[in-house]
Amino acid sequence: MPLSTQDEDGNDQYILVASLDNVRNLSNILKAIHFRDHAACFATTNGIKVTVENAKCLQANAFIQAGIFQEFIVQEESVTFRINLTVLLDCLTIFGSTPLPGTSTALRMCYRGYGYPLTLFLEEGGVVTVCKINTQEPEDTLDFDFCSTNVINKIILQSEGLREAFAELDMTSEVLQITMSPEKPYFRLSTFGNSGSSHLDYPKDSDLMEAFHCNQTQTNRYKISLLKPSTKALALSCKVSIRTDNRGFLSLQYMIKNEDGQICFVEYYCCPDEDVSDSEP
Amino acid sequence: MRFRAKIVDLGCLNHFTRVSNTISKLAKTCTLRLSPDKLYFILSDKVANGGVSMWCELGQGNFFDEFQMEGVAADHNEIYLELTPENLSRALKTAQNAKTVKIKLTNKHCPCLTVAVELPSLSSSSRIVTHDIPVGVIPRKLWTDFREPTVPDFDVSIYLPVLKTMKSVVERMKNISNHVVIEANLKGEMNLKIETDLVCITTHFKDLGNPPWASEDASQDRDSENMAEARIDIKKLLQFLAGQQVNPTKALCNIVHNRIVHFILLHEDVSLQYFIPALS
Repeated sequence: MPLSTQDEDGNDQYILVASLDNVRNLSNILKAIHFRDHAACFATTNGIKVTVENAKCLQANAFIQAGIFQEFIVQEESVTFRINLTVLLDCLTIFGSTPLPGTSTALRMCYRGYGYPLTLFLEEGGVVTVCKINTQEPEDTLDFDFCSTNVINKIILQSEGLREAFAELDMTSEVLQITMSPEKPYFRLSTFGNSGSSHLDYPKDSDLMEAFHCNQTQTNRYKISLLKPSTKALALSCKVSIRTDNRGFLSLQYMIKNEDGQICFVEYYCCPDEDVSDSEP
Repeated sequence: MRFRAKIVDLGCLNHFTRVSNTISKLAKTCTLRLSPDKLYFILSDKVANGGVSMWCELGQGNFFDEFQMEGVAADHNEIYLELTPENLSRALKTAQNAKTVKIKLTNKHCPCLTVAVELPSLSSSSRIVTHDIPVGVIPRKLWTDFREPTVPDFDVSIYLPVLKTMKSVVERMKNISNHVVIEANLKGEMNLKIETDLVCITTHFKDLGNPPWASEDASQDRDSENMAEARIDIKKLLQFLAGQQVNPTKALCNIVHNRIVHFILLHEDVSLQYFIPALS
């Protein structure tokens, strides 16, 4: 393993060490939340969570659990830093994002602690790239306080059912209106654009519908510009869970299978655009 | 002054198309020099434009079934034309399945390189597509501007790694930095480095091998581990790596420390040289 020779001083001085045989298992997940330049990283012994936010209204989290990595060591209770995600992704895909068949890029990622750069060693076919990405002061991330006990409606869909709908969203509409209801129309996506409104209904007994737990009719609007980046995650995912809580906050959880068949999750939280509280008593 | 040439073989045609495509990726305008044995595509850019130069040389015998030319004078049996290579590429695009392609120098309103493509036809009448590519005839007094660039004594000569790998690395680096440092030594090691406020990236290639002349010629007194380096415009380097379509059998580069990087791609009877000057 050529990468281990890079590691002259051993692992002791690093508070975070993570190795991966196939870097795409990390880079693909990070691409699903890459809609802003900066991301916050939190590592614990369970794995790494990477968070990207926009306009204090949208938060995307990618979870890469420790099991995805071949080696994963965290020396402190938690390790936090902020990093330029665009640069990180350029580094992770330095050998190209579509590798030659039969080859894969191995990664070793090390972090010594506050004030130090994140060091990446990437290797493919005997070529080694060393990247030192400067880390930044961690900033507080939003707490959406999205609690499963407050969830009113929940739907699990096969992602292909939503992919087409999202790809064809009328971007001239400022908002996407989501209706979830125990009665008809059950699950409805609506846009109100220049050329008229459009409604897309999913029947409750559709094959695409894996689970349907709606307790109360809720109609909420979300800024379409905020939701659009989530299409990146949708494109990679096999299932999506759509939930809304009593405040109308939206949670989209995407289940993504990587090339080795392991499951990772990406979630998006979004604030409602305005209060269309027609939730019936 | 006369020139006419004909390609019949499909393999030759494809090969010539690839060379022409490569040239059109590397230069907006270039000089086409015709001699009885060889064709040259020449770019000598002004320093103000980055000072990149290119020299591509191909033996006509490997491409053409017929090749007749008569230069400006018996003792100067050559023709120098100014050409937009993109136009030649575009003309050859229609020639993908052609039976024959004829290229000749004509004078229609202005001097033209006329590409006549005979396409396969089911009926007895043939289908011919003709492209007239305007060219400028370069007078003899200016020929000296297009001499083969001399290679200054290089410090290190080294074989290049797989160009596709090198291209993807340089592509990512270009997103981050405008310059790249290319360095190599006589132990077969080459590094590409960028350094910005955000990130430092170094890609290490090893076991590349040095051409035999490297150790004879360059530097008897040179420590083999000592790196020669040059900082160059990353866009020019990427243009070269992304533009080349010749699938070279040999690719190498010569570095003159802090002065110039000289790339050479060889494929059978085609050689392509590309010079990128170092930035101060």
